[in-house]
Amino acid sequence: MIKKSTIIPMPLRYLINIVLFAAFLFVMNTLITGGTISKYYSGVISSIGISIILAVSLNMATGYLGQLPLGHAGFMAVGAYTSALIMKAAAGSLITFPLALLAGGLVAALFGILIGIPALKLKGDYLAILTLGFGQIIMVVLLNIDDVLGFKLTRGAAGLQKIPKTTTFLITFICVGITCFVIHTIMKSRHGRAILSIRENEIAAESCGINTTYYKTLGFVVSAFFAGVAGGLYAGNIGILNPSAFGFMKSIEILVMVVLGGMGSMFGSVLSGGVLTALPELLRDFDKYRMVVYSLVLVVVMIFKPTGLMGTYDFSLNGLLDKLILRLKGGKGDGGGKAVLVEKEGKANE
Amino acid sequence: MSRFQREPVKLVPVPSPNFIPERDVDKTPILEVSHLGIDFGGLTAVDDFNMAIGRTEIAGLIGPNGAGKTTVFNLLTKVYQPTRGTIMLDGRDTAGMNTIQVNKLGIARTFQNIRLFKALSVMDNVLIGLHNEMDYHLPSAVFRFPSYWRSEKIAKGRALELLSIFDMQDLADAKAGSLPYGAQRRLEIVRALGTNPSLLLLDEPAAGMNPSETTELMENIQKIRDTFKIAIMLIEHDMSLVMGICEGIGVLNYGKVIAKGTPEDIQSNPQVIEAYLGKKKEAN
Repeated sequence: MIKKSTIIPMPLRYLINIVLFAAFLFVMNTLITGGTISKYYSGVISSIGISIILAVSLNMATGYLGQLPLGHAGFMAVGAYTSALIMKAAAGSLITFPLALLAGGLVAALFGILIGIPALKLKGDYLAILTLGFGQIIMVVLLNIDDVLGFKLTRGAAGLQKIPKTTTFLITFICVGITCFVIHTIMKSRHGRAILSIRENEIAAESCGINTTYYKTLGFVVSAFFAGVAGGLYAGNIGILNPSAFGFMKSIEILVMVVLGGMGSMFGSVLSGGVLTALPELLRDFDKYRMVVYSLVLVVVMIFKPTGLMGTYDFSLNGLLDKLILRLKGGKGDGGGKAVLVEKEGKANE
Repeated sequence: MSRFQREPVKLVPVPSPNFIPERDVDKTPILEVSHLGIDFGGLTAVDDFNMAIGRTEIAGLIGPNGAGKTTVFNLLTKVYQPTRGTIMLDGRDTAGMNTIQVNKLGIARTFQNIRLFKALSVMDNVLIGLHNEMDYHLPSAVFRFPSYWRSEKIAKGRALELLSIFDMQDLADAKAGSLPYGAQRRLEIVRALGTNPSLLLLDEPAAGMNPSETTELMENIQKIRDTFKIAIMLIEHDMSLVMGICEGIGVLNYGKVIAKGTPEDIQSNPQVIEAYLGKKKEAN
C-alpha cells in the first residue's frame, strides 16, 4: 500500500500556515501604520481583501456546490446595511465593529436560507435567474424605501452616509483568513464531501444516503454568510452606502473573479480576487485603456485556459514542503518522487 | 498486476460498533415486494411484481431489453414512487420514503450507467459512501475537534478495507474518472457497501467486462455476500454470471414476471426461452 506522504505531522501543518499568515499580517500592518504604504494604497489593499472574501465565498456555491447564483451582491448589500446601521447606532466601542460584521453575516445567512430553500429546488439557468431576481429585489427595495415604520434607516437613493470608517487592513485580512480557514475545513470534512458529491452527481449522492437538500442549503448559507461579512467590511471601508453599488454588475464582477480563478479552487479565487481588484487601480495612469485591458485579460484567459487560472488545483504550502523534504531525503532523481501522492492540505492564504 | 494470484483478503474487524453490525441470519426475507407496479402516463412499465429475497441470498433479475428491470431497481430505491403495491424491507414498509431514507434503512445500489463522483479521488468516493457512518457535526469539522480526527481516521481505515475487497487500495488517491471501466464498476460497488446496506442492488455489474474479469467479479460478489452477510440482487445480461451465482432468478418481460425459480428451472422454462428467442413457428 502506498503510504500517504504527510511527512509534516498534523498540528504542525496548521501551525506553519497560521504563523506565516500572522507574519504576513504583522509585516503589512507595520508598513501601513508606519506610513510606508500610503493611505490610498492601504484602502486598495482592504478592498482587495473584501474582493477575496466575496470570491472565496461565491466559489463555495459555484465551484464546490456546482450551482450558479447571480445574487451574491444582494447578500453583500444585506450584510453591508446591517453592519452599517449597527456601527452608526453604537459607534466608538472597540467590539462594535466585529459584532456588526457578525450581525451582517448572520442576517445575510438568514436571507440565504430564505432564498436558498425555494431556489435550490431549481437547477442551472432557472436558479441563476431566481437569484438574479433576488439580488435586484434587494437593490430596488433599498433604493425606494427610505423609512421603515417611521424610522429613517436606509435613506433610499440618497444612500447611507457618515458610517464610521472602521475597516482596517488588519481586520479585513483577519476576516480573509477566517473565511479561507472555515471554508477549507468544511470542504475537508464529511460535510464538504457531501457538498462536492452534489456537484458531481446528485442522484448518486442521494443513493449514498446524503440529504442533498440540507447540504445544498448549507453550502448556499455559508456562502451568503461570508458575503454579508464582506458587505460589512465594505461599508466600513467606503463610509457611504449607495444601493446601486450592489446591482447586477457587482454580482457579475464577483462571478468573473471565481470563473477566472478556476471554479472549485480556493487559491484561484484568492488570486483572481486580488488581481482583478488591483488591476483597475494600478492602471489608473492609463485611464482610457484600463477597462480595455481588464476585459482583454478576461478574454485571453478564457481562450487559453477555459477552466480558469488554477483549474481545480489548490495550492498547499505543506504539500510543497512535503515534496521538498522527500526530495532531499530520497536523494537525486531516484525513487521517492514516484510514490508521492501529496495530500493537498494547507490553506491558500497569501 | 497480480490480479490472478493474489492472496485472499481478510477483513479485520474495526473498532466501531457502527460498521457491520452482526446481522440476523434467520430465514425471514430481507425484502418482500408485493403487487408492485408503476404507470408512466398510460404506459404500465412494471405490473404486479412480487418477490422475496432471503437475508443472505443472491438473487438475479433478468429479461430482454426494456423489460423493466432497472425500473424495478428505481422503484425499490424510490427514484420513482410506485403507483401500486408495497415494498417491505426487513419487515418495515417503505411507503412514502425517499431515496435517502430507503438508503438509511439498508438498500444500496449501483447504476447501469456508472454514476461515480468522477472529479474526486477514489478515497473520497468511498468516504462519501461512508457519510452516514461518520457522526461528527459541523462545528467539530470547522474547529477540528478530536471527534473529527477520530471519526475521519476510522472511516479512512474502513474505506481502505472496503477497497481491498477488490484489491483497489493502491488506487485510493487516483481520480475516480481516470480509472478503467471495470475498476469504475468495482468502485461503485465499494461505495455502495460503504453505506452499510442489508440489501445490495447491482445494475449490470459485469457490463463491459471481459470474461476473466467477469469470473473474478462472480467470486467477489460471493465473497461480499459471505463476508458482510447481506442479500444481493443483480440485473445482468451475462448468463454465465447469473446462472453461476444466483440462487433465485426472476424473469421479467414487458413489466411482468413471467418465471421464477432456481437457475435450472429458468433454463428449461419454455416461456423464458420464448421471451428471449421468440416463439417457434408452427410447423405447416
